[in-house]
Amino acid sequence: MVSDETAASPEREPLRSDTTGRALIRFLTFGANSSPGGPVTSFYRHRLPVRLTHWFNAIVITIMLMSGLQIFNAHPALYLGKSSDFAHPLLSLQAMQDKDGQLRGITQLGPWYFDTTGVLGVSDASGTLATRGFPAWATLPGPQWLAMGRLWHLFFAWFFVLNGLIFALYAWRSGHLRRDLLPKRADIAHLGQEIADHARLRFPKGEAAKRYNALQKLTYFVVVFVLGPLAVLTGLTMSPTLDSALHPLLWIFGGRQTARTIHFLCAFSFLAFFVIHIVMVVLSGTWNNLRSMITGRFFLEPETGDRPHG
Amino acid sequence: MDRDRRRFLTGAALSAGAFTLAGCDGLSRTSWWPRVLAGAEAVTKRAQRLVAGSWSLAPEYTKADIAPEFRANGTLDPGTPAYAQMAANGFRNWRIPVGGLVETPLDLSLADLRAMPPRTQITRHDCVEGWSCIGEWTGTPLRLLLAEARPKPNANYVVFYCADPMSTDQDGNSTFYYESLDLVEASHPQTLLAYKLNGEDLPVAHGAPVRLRCERQLGYKHAKYVQRLELVENFDHINGGKGGYWEDLGYSWWGGI
Repeated sequence: MVSDETAASPEREPLRSDTTGRALIRFLTFGANSSPGGPVTSFYRHRLPVRLTHWFNAIVITIMLMSGLQIFNAHPALYLGKSSDFAHPLLSLQAMQDKDGQLRGITQLGPWYFDTTGVLGVSDASGTLATRGFPAWATLPGPQWLAMGRLWHLFFAWFFVLNGLIFALYAWRSGHLRRDLLPKRADIAHLGQEIADHARLRFPKGEAAKRYNALQKLTYFVVVFVLGPLAVLTGLTMSPTLDSALHPLLWIFGGRQTARTIHFLCAFSFLAFFVIHIVMVVLSGTWNNLRSMITGRFFLEPETGDRPHG
Repeated sequence: MDRDRRRFLTGAALSAGAFTLAGCDGLSRTSWWPRVLAGAEAVTKRAQRLVAGSWSLAPEYTKADIAPEFRANGTLDPGTPAYAQMAANGFRNWRIPVGGLVETPLDLSLADLRAMPPRTQITRHDCVEGWSCIGEWTGTPLRLLLAEARPKPNANYVVFYCADPMSTDQDGNSTFYYESLDLVEASHPQTLLAYKLNGEDLPVAHGAPVRLRCERQLGYKHAKYVQRLELVENFDHINGGKGGYWEDLGYSWWGGI
């Protein structure tokens, strides 16, 4: 199959001044947008299957996260082991009344208690403070509605898995996995330097920007090929029917309640990845990155020293 | 030059996000979209049956795993005069008819059930809310009753009618809890009409005198206070037509996940 992703035709376009009226059209037709003055080189960065599965996944994972929080709200506590030790949850989002009779949201994590009124434990539900784990703005559907949350979650779970399998198959067959995602020995050697560069918000330019660096490779690889399957498998471990067929699942994850806790941690790892991903996209050139994931084309800035990015 | 464009695109993205969220809640309230979502249930059931087959056994645990106090959920006492009367004399007059599409209708007392070969199993109860609790159940395997009653060829489901009223309308008519299993799940070796929890007679809070145990399913399928069994071809004609009290309120009939 095709394997020229990083070696695609470079193109030179003169930079033209822009008018807002044509903003969207120009954006979608690869309009140049970076360093003022001087020619800009572009290359074809993301192939169509990558772009499609990326955006489809973005939608599906948002639904999974929010409907998952809706389901979690039905019993907003996490445990370790085979069953629930109700007196000693690992984490719980509770509600209690203070001495003035006001509802307070209390988040308990191990031995620690935090007042999280307004967000966790107790939050606004159509005008009044109500007992609920995560707030209405974070759940799908917004109101407390377990049956509906489960419908969304268990419907889109299939598409999460299918989309992941399609991407994995494509990445493997096209060489995308080996070429762009699997970290190589040399990548690992540069890891320290790259972490330092990222922390100082210095991003590669020119030819170096064409390839994922070690940090990106490692992150994308872990998110797609570790976190994704882990979320699916821990989700399946919560199914009593599948537990009857696949006892090792329970053994691997340390019991159904531990599996549920890991599932929750996976969800928040996805969320953490999502936040960092967005921040990095913004810091390294929002529109260039966004466009490259929509049209495929990425514009390279010439290597001109250390000018900060806008 | 770029600022307006960026503002436009940022605004567009944010409004699209807010619009989508509002749209998702709106979609949940339509009549068609939940039906689309529920379409996954049949796929999930088929896939799980493919993996689990008819006979895969739910994991069984040891005495050491039994919860100090098994959490009682749902109805804790049916509270009707009829039930109170039965409970007062230790369910000696309680009988459980097995009817509908069977060759030999049955009508059994608690003593009849106890006289049949029992099964004892320490299993994990998984509530749809997310928590789990382990307890030891003793009861009569449902398949023994089915073997005696001999379902007719067109019988597809066993419906469990219960003694606990879930709601009462203004005319005083109550809707009682009920559930249903297909014959595969009903004939599963771990599917019991359980009359003991942790070696004691089933407490009222747990569904005395008899509750259903169907260990490959979520908690709401395990009907408590079971009063009558009926074999049916389908459950279109029963209450909301979805095969169970919670099912009529939007929960999936397939409780395998």
